[in-house]
Amino acid sequence: MGLNIVVLVKQVPDTKNVTGKAMKDDGTVNRAALPAIFNPEDLHALEAALTVKDQVPGSRVNVITMGPPSATQVLKDSLYRGADFVALISDRKFAGADTLATSYALKCAIEKIGNVDLVFCGRQAIDGDTAQVGPQTAEKLGMNQVTCVSAFTKLDAKARTIAVRRSLESGYEVVRAKLPVLLTFTDEGFAPRPSSARRVMMYKNASAAPTAEASYDDCYMNASACKDNEIIALWDIASIKADPESCGLAGSPTKVKKIDSVVLTAQDIRMIDNSESAIGSLVHELIADHTIG
Amino acid sequence: MKTKNNVMVFVQQDDGRIADVSIELVCKARELADRLKVGVEAALPGKGMAGEAKQLVAYGVDLVNCIEHDGLYHYTPLPYTKVMVDLILEREPQIVLYGATTTGRDLGPRIASNLKVGLTADCTDLQIGDHELQGKLFKDILYQIRPAFGGNIIATIVSPEKKPQMATVREGVMKLVPANPGYKGEIVEIKPTLEAGLFQSELLEAVKEARTVNLKGAQIIVAGGMGAGSKENFQLIEQLAHALNAEVGASRAAVDAGWVDKAHQVGQTGTTVRPKLYIAVGISGSIQHRAGMAESSRIIAINTDPQSPIFQIAHYGIVGDLKDVVPAFIKAYKNKA
Repeated sequence: MGLNIVVLVKQVPDTKNVTGKAMKDDGTVNRAALPAIFNPEDLHALEAALTVKDQVPGSRVNVITMGPPSATQVLKDSLYRGADFVALISDRKFAGADTLATSYALKCAIEKIGNVDLVFCGRQAIDGDTAQVGPQTAEKLGMNQVTCVSAFTKLDAKARTIAVRRSLESGYEVVRAKLPVLLTFTDEGFAPRPSSARRVMMYKNASAAPTAEASYDDCYMNASACKDNEIIALWDIASIKADPESCGLAGSPTKVKKIDSVVLTAQDIRMIDNSESAIGSLVHELIADHTIG
Repeated sequence: MKTKNNVMVFVQQDDGRIADVSIELVCKARELADRLKVGVEAALPGKGMAGEAKQLVAYGVDLVNCIEHDGLYHYTPLPYTKVMVDLILEREPQIVLYGATTTGRDLGPRIASNLKVGLTADCTDLQIGDHELQGKLFKDILYQIRPAFGGNIIATIVSPEKKPQMATVREGVMKLVPANPGYKGEIVEIKPTLEAGLFQSELLEAVKEARTVNLKGAQIIVAGGMGAGSKENFQLIEQLAHALNAEVGASRAAVDAGWVDKAHQVGQTGTTVRPKLYIAVGISGSIQHRAGMAESSRIIAINTDPQSPIFQIAHYGIVGDLKDVVPAFIKAYKNKA
């Protein structure tokens, strides 16, 4: 008897590889200057799900993401690596969601899939580093959770338990949890498998038919044209039975009061020549005032 | 002390010992509470914590809620969420703070999700101020300040319409103030009923790995960044640290590049440090990095790019290649010492 697994993934701006000016002149983030990638830890969560599928025949790996049409790229990538089913949750009414509103929409989508044994996601996304969406989704599902998982020690599908290694600041712990459970993964284990060439050929033209050129920020497509037989399922607010009041900006208790571009006030700095003698006298000075011993 | 609207701190205990970050947050909570003219409460789930609870009072806690249950000795999410949600609903604090530890980051979001309130992760500053929203003025709300988006911006987050306002803060960010043994506070014991269904996780093994890196306690830190360019060059930084009997620090970029272990990372998502001397080598000085080291007593910046932001907070600047400057530094130190 296979397990039904949902993997939550996110397409994120690659904050580590800023290609141009990250800020526009009006002070907003210039997302166009940041290439979009598969959130790194989510790839490890996907690999963990595929590992379960390898171990427990008959298991099914469902991948869902919430975002604009361009986020279908991470779903295609998931198909290439071995996902059985992928869905994009997209609706203008989701725009402006904070982590709480995001977790609510994800909970509705997981309930639409139904009879879920395991929910996997990355510990955190590199654009916010909050690590909140996983636990918030688990709470909304009334599901137990184990965060910061780096390895499985034992999966017992018959007894419906999974033992995992959880990374802590000062070591690790091994926790056995009953199913269903939500797990968040670090990048320490489950190195992602490459795309399968056969699957790339199969799915390279997969689409949810998002044609409109959309800006990353706020253009959420109208999913009403969605057909059930399309490879990438497209779910809008109605199809996951979400309450609009709990979605997007309306469902987000946190508000951004202000954004400051970083302006540094220069203080008195002493520039030291990079010659050996100048460095020598700096060192001498630091020794003299007991800064270094 | 008021019975409601206080500032509450979730106090984390590990094997019966209160975590350092929780004490730091109590100190910050005291400051916020004085500004708001309310009391400070601690929420301390655990087993046999009455003795440890006393030290919280000395840091200015007016009411310690000791939540006592055998099942709360080790942290697991469901029982902890249950007792914290119940306590928050009963006490109605206006602010709740959590350490951004693996425990705090596991627990805080569950509580926020349950109560449908906001939570801001990894704040580097907390302030009190007013906020206007759709013509309505919210007085004395919590400004939750954090760098965002790869450090290109500093965001001030508010959640004026929902109480409590909640935030997590990393260890070392808030300053410890001296304890006052004469402070008067109350310690109450709460004995919750926890149904068996809440215990879905079982701890099979806990392994402590001693921290070999002690950034927080280091007097001198020599830190390297992306400017090192390679693992080989990063070894020069380690050599300088070794010569000065200093700890090795690193920017996130150097950690991500695999040149040095994550335990060495300084910054918003790493360790916050206040050493006597911080030598930043090949570190451009992103805001996340600066958030973790800007309060160092002395900062020396070594970088090839004179426009690097690190020079704006440094006391001494050397523009040059670390392959020349670092060996010269080591040589000069060995000759003088």
